[in-house]
Amino acid sequence: MPILELINVCKGYGPASDRTEVLSNINLSIEEGEFVALVGFSGTGKTTLINLLAGLETPDSGQVLFQGKPVTGPEPKRGVIFQNYSLLPWLTVAGNVQLAVDQIYPEKSKAERRALVETYVEMVNLTPALTKRPAELSGGMRQRVSVARALSANPEILLMDEPLSALDALTRSVLQDQMLRIWEEQKKTMVLITNSVDEGIIMADRIIPFNLESPASLGPEFKVGLVRPRDRKSMNRNDLYKRLRNDIIHFLNDEKKQKRARANDMHVLEPLQAKAV
Amino acid sequence: MKQKLINFFEFIGFTWFVPIVRLCTADEPKVQAQLLLRMIGLPILGLCIFFGIWSIVASNLTTSVGSLPGPSKVWNSATEMLAQYRLEAGKREVHLSKEAKREAKFKKAFPDKEYRASQYTGPETIVDYIRTSLITVFFGFLMAVSIAVPLGILCGLSKGFSAAINPIVQICRPVSPLAWVLIVIVIVDGAVNLKGDVFKNTFLHAAVTVCLCSMWATLSNTAFGVSAVSKDHLNVAKVLRLSGWKKVWKIILPSAVPNIFTGMRITLGIGWMVLIVSEMMASQKGLGHYIDLLYQNNNNESLSKIIVCVFIIGIIGFVLDRLMFILQRSVSFGQEVTA
Repeated sequence: MPILELINVCKGYGPASDRTEVLSNINLSIEEGEFVALVGFSGTGKTTLINLLAGLETPDSGQVLFQGKPVTGPEPKRGVIFQNYSLLPWLTVAGNVQLAVDQIYPEKSKAERRALVETYVEMVNLTPALTKRPAELSGGMRQRVSVARALSANPEILLMDEPLSALDALTRSVLQDQMLRIWEEQKKTMVLITNSVDEGIIMADRIIPFNLESPASLGPEFKVGLVRPRDRKSMNRNDLYKRLRNDIIHFLNDEKKQKRARANDMHVLEPLQAKAV
Repeated sequence: MKQKLINFFEFIGFTWFVPIVRLCTADEPKVQAQLLLRMIGLPILGLCIFFGIWSIVASNLTTSVGSLPGPSKVWNSATEMLAQYRLEAGKREVHLSKEAKREAKFKKAFPDKEYRASQYTGPETIVDYIRTSLITVFFGFLMAVSIAVPLGILCGLSKGFSAAINPIVQICRPVSPLAWVLIVIVIVDGAVNLKGDVFKNTFLHAAVTVCLCSMWATLSNTAFGVSAVSKDHLNVAKVLRLSGWKKVWKIILPSAVPNIFTGMRITLGIGWMVLIVSEMMASQKGLGHYIDLLYQNNNNESLSKIIVCVFIIGIIGFVLDRLMFILQRSVSFGQEVTA
């Protein structure tokens, strides 16, 4: 049984007279232990999808099922890592993680909870920064605190809404490796929303792009057959990687052309060419 | 050591001391000297020009109470007021020690009876007035904050409550203390009859008026801070499934604290301004009352003493505001605070 499912989900905003449909007919099924990446341009409804998966919003029609049961609201089992980190600025790193630990493990003693906090902060390599406030941390460190807090709630599935978008490319690759390491150690299911195709290919088992119809739905899924651990340096010479990347970017570009054509009331036909067998 | 000094000066907001410290340790002398010129030199220059203009205007202006006193006359008045205070303080010391001796003798002769010490009944001096004013304004401020903060939190959490009390707030806010004072006198005198040394009815008159005029700033800032918690923070609370009480206590209130302190700073500023007027109207023996006395007396000393009081009020107001600024900055977790 898939751990998280979306069945024919539709979601729109606004009053009946001025409705904006954002998502329509979303069908998504995520197996336990998988790493799924969802790729799309900005504004295609990625955050709406994560909010639906987390339970922060309810769909207009269709169902969101978690472990077979309908989702009625957010809960710590579906951990969320927000795009803006959402760290509480008046608490230290330890304090932020403590917030989650105190909520999830109220029966444990103070010392045990403190030890848990330190374990999770250690997992993201931030032990020297335990007593610092978010204002004193860099963007990458703040994101790691956000990951530590989400993990400390012991979620069954981790939903990440463009967690690395606000970072520079170098920090991004460091954090990608850290997240992969945590995924392999903790064996959590992870859903990653990203705007980078490369990030999706390096991290995920499956990539599903958004299409650019309005309202949006999910395009065809692409299985990433690359063997783990994936070495970033040798990627550029890997044929499978190159083909996968080309296919996905081709799809996304195609979508853009179709969208522009729809705006101009035209339909673009696929160019006829011989395909290599 | 030097770094600690610098941190201290920056903490209290007196950043113009920092170049002095750096110069003492021969740290980038040229740059620091320039900074010093700008941070201390220019304000001193401004002050000198101000005093200069004041002297010129004073020597050329004549009014019904005499001419406007110039800076030197005002300075003389100030030293005279201080000397009078020292004189009275000395007399009070003498009286108190005499009383202590008498009490000892009484206790030896009549060990069972109560000794009633006679109070020192000299005239009030400037320091007594300042002390009364400060006590009154703090009491009024505490009253204002203890009413406004809970109300503000309720307003922020419940749109219904906010809508319900909004008309009252909007109408009460612009009302001047002169209008409140008479109503307050009637209500307070009807309700209580205090005869303590500090806590008398006139004290309540002034304090309640201060409270009524200044609490609205804290109220609206608190309501705003509570209602404007970032959606991201609220989402964190939702995902972690924090209960209603925990959400308010752990996320909403800490997020609103900078706004609450901003409101409190404004409240103290308004309260201090309002206090002087309230004292004048309510006959509470503070600075306002003293100014009123001087104005009634109307001799050639009055105007310069009033000007001394103006300076005192201004300096105390500045110190109070600076204290609140430091407090405000210490809770604003990294955000900038307007000085």
